Amino acid sequence: MELPLEWQYYIYLELDHNGSEMKSILKSMRIIDPQLKIDRVTDILIENGMIKVIDDINENDFPDTNIYDFSNCICAPGFFDMHVHLREPGREDEETVITGSNSAAAGGFTGVACMPNTTPAIDSAEVINLIKEKSSKHLVDVFPIGAVSKGRNGEILAPISEMFSNGAVGFSDDGTAVKSAALLKNALEYTSMYNAPIIEHCEEESLADGAMNEGLVSTTLGLPSLPTVSEDLIVMRGILLAEYTGGRIHIAHISSKRSVELVREAKKKGINVTAEVTPHHFTLTDETLRTFDTNFKMSPPLRCREDVEAMIEGLKDGTIDCIASDHAPHSIEEKEMEFIYAPNGIIGLETQLGISLSELYHKKHLTLEELINKFAVNPRRILNLDIPKLEVGSAANLTIFDANKIWTVDKSKFKSKSKNTPFDKRLLTGKSVAVINNEQIYFDGEFKKI
Amino acid sequence: MSLSSKHLIGLKNVPKEDIELILDTATTFREVLERPIKKVPTLQGKTICNLFFESSTRTRLSFELAQKRLSADTINFSTSTSSTKKGETFKDTVRNIEAMKVDMIVVRHESAGVPEYLTRISQANIINAGDGRHEHPTQALLDMYSIREKLGKLKGLKVCIVGDIAHSRVALSNIYGLQAVGAKVTLCGPKTMIPREIENLGVKVIHDIDKAISEHDVLNVLRIQLEREAGSTIPSLREYHNYFGITSERLEKNNRDVLILHPGPINRGVELSSEVADGPYQIILNQVTNGVAIRMAVLYLLGTRP
Repeated sequence: MELPLEWQYYIYLELDHNGSEMKSILKSMRIIDPQLKIDRVTDILIENGMIKVIDDINENDFPDTNIYDFSNCICAPGFFDMHVHLREPGREDEETVITGSNSAAAGGFTGVACMPNTTPAIDSAEVINLIKEKSSKHLVDVFPIGAVSKGRNGEILAPISEMFSNGAVGFSDDGTAVKSAALLKNALEYTSMYNAPIIEHCEEESLADGAMNEGLVSTTLGLPSLPTVSEDLIVMRGILLAEYTGGRIHIAHISSKRSVELVREAKKKGINVTAEVTPHHFTLTDETLRTFDTNFKMSPPLRCREDVEAMIEGLKDGTIDCIASDHAPHSIEEKEMEFIYAPNGIIGLETQLGISLSELYHKKHLTLEELINKFAVNPRRILNLDIPKLEVGSAANLTIFDANKIWTVDKSKFKSKSKNTPFDKRLLTGKSVAVINNEQIYFDGEFKKI
Repeated sequence: MSLSSKHLIGLKNVPKEDIELILDTATTFREVLERPIKKVPTLQGKTICNLFFESSTRTRLSFELAQKRLSADTINFSTSTSSTKKGETFKDTVRNIEAMKVDMIVVRHESAGVPEYLTRISQANIINAGDGRHEHPTQALLDMYSIREKLGKLKGLKVCIVGDIAHSRVALSNIYGLQAVGAKVTLCGPKTMIPREIENLGVKVIHDIDKAISEHDVLNVLRIQLEREAGSTIPSLREYHNYFGITSERLEKNNRDVLILHPGPINRGVELSSEVADGPYQIILNQVTNGVAIRMAVLYLLGTRP
C-alpha cells in the first residue's frame, strides 16, 4: 500500500541517518548558475549534503555511491516561491506547513515564504516560531512573512522588530492592502531599519467589492466586478510612500498593465520597488470565467489579454523581478459555493514551473537563465536571503528539471491537501524532476538523504 | 419543432428560431388563459421545483401559475438566505431536491452563474428565473411577446432600455433576444448605471431621455433599486426623476407614439410618473398576463422536448 506522502515524510524523519557517510553523484546534467555564469553539461558529487565536485565524474572511482542519472535535465540553484499560503495555524484541513512544503518540493521548490493571513495571524514571535519549528526538518525552507498590523486588522503595527529577530523575512497584510496610508508610511519607515520589504496586496478597498475583473466579460456575465484601477491606486500609493520614506515596497501578484508601467517608471527613478507575478496572471484572461468555474476566481482577478501581455513584457524587461504562485489552498466545499460567495484563490506550487517553462521559455519570452533568475535568485534577493550557488564547498540547494518533458496536470496527484487549480488537465512542457536541500533529495515521489 | 437546448439559461446565443418558437407557442397558451377553464393536461406527471434563493413575488407566482395551468406537480423552495449560511452547501441542497426526482428546476439566485452550475450537477431541465445581474430570459421573452402583440412585429423596431442597466438582469436578456430577431437596441441611463464596454454588444448608449423617447418605438423602463442607488450611483431619486424619469410632459412633447414597458414593480414618481404608469402608452399589465403564457410555453417546450 502506498502511504500518504505526509506519513512517508514522518517515517523518514524517524529513521536514523547518523553515522553513515552519504555520497551521491548527479549525472549528465546541464548546470546553469546565472550568478556564477556557469552553463555546461557535467556531473556533481554531493557528500552529506555538500557539493564536493563539479566535473565529469567516472562513477567507478566512487564505489558505494548513489547514482542519479539526470541526463537531459537542467540543474539550477534551488527555486524559491516568495508567496504561498500554508494555512497553518488555523486551517490545517486545507494545508499544513508539511503538506505545503511537500507540494513545494514536488513542484521544484527548495524554499518558500508563507503569508501571515492565518488564524491567528503571523503577528508574533510565537507564531513565527511555531511555523519554523514545524518546518525545521523538512527539505523545503519555510520563511514566515509577518503581518504589518496586529491581527491584520489595519489598526496598529504588529511587533515588527520582535518578528524580524525571530526570523520574519518581510511584512504584509496580504489578502488586503495595508489599511491606511498612514499605517503604510510608518511600516515602511519602521521596516527600513531592517531593510525588509513591505509586501503589498494592491487593492483599493472601496473599489474592490467584486468577484472578477471589470470589463466586457463582467458586463456579459453579470458578476460584480472590480477595476484594474483599484490595483493601480495602491501600487502608486506604495511607490510614492517608498520614495518618501526610503523604505522598500514589493508589489505582490501584479496583474494590471498600468501597474506594470508604474513600477517600470518608479524603478527608472531609483525608487525601492520590486514586483512579482503569478503564472495565472501571465497566462489566463477573464474570458476563462465564462463557465463560472470558481477555480478561476482569485484576487487580484484574471484580467484582459492586454494585461497578460504586459505581464510578459514586464518579465522580459526586468520590471517584474520574480514569479510566485500565490498558492492559496481552499477546501472543495468552499470552492463549490455559488460564484459570488466562493473564496478567492487557487493553488499553484505544483504547476507554476511547468506553466512558466511552457509559456515563457518555450514561447521564447525568457531564456533559461532569465527564468532561473526569476525563480531562484531574485526572490531571495528581495527577502535578503542567501542565494544558493553551484560551487564546490556550498551546501547543495538545487532544483533539477526537465524543460522538455510533456505532461498533463492531474490534480488528484497533487501533494497539496487542496485541489483548487484552474490548470487541471492542461498539457504542459517542462517539469521538476528533483529538488535537493538540507541534506535531502526529493525524487520520484520520495524523500531520501543525500 | 423543438428547442435546440435542454435548458433555458439565458438568451445569449439562442437562435432566432428558438425564440420565435417560444413566442408562437405562447400565443396558443395565451388563448388558453382566456378560456373559462384555464388548465391543460400537457405536463401531467411532471414535477417541477421552484428554487428561489432570492425573494421574488411576481416571477415566482407567474412560474407557479404557469406550472399549475399545465397540470404539473409543483414544489417550492424559497429562502432569502444562502444555503451556505445554514451550513449546507448549495450543491447538497440541489442534490437533495433532485433525489426527490424532479424533472425541471426553475431557479433564481443573487449570484450569476448558478443556473449554469446547476446544469452541471443536475439531470433536470434548468430554467433561469434570474441570476445576479446576468440574465432573466423569460422576462425578456415576455417583453418581446408583449411588443410583438402590440406592434405586430419585432424586426426593425428601435427599442431603448432605460435605467439601471448595470444592476439589471433584464437588460442583457433583452439585448440578446431583441438583436436575435432583428430589433435595434439602445441603452439610456446615467453613465454610472451603464456597465463598461457594453457598446461591444452592438448597442448604442445615450444619456438623454428626450432622445430616448423621440427616437425609439419602444421604451423598456427598468426599476431603480431605491435602497441601493440613491447617493451612490445617482445623487437622489428626485434628480433621477427630473433627468431620466418618463413623464406625460416629456411624452407630449413627442409627436409620435411610443410603447412603454416596465418589468415591475414600478417606483411611481421615480422612473415613471404615475400618469404614465397608468397612461395610454404603457402595457405593464399585459406584460404580467403574457408572462404566464411565456412561462407555460417555455415549460411545455422543455418538458416535452424529445
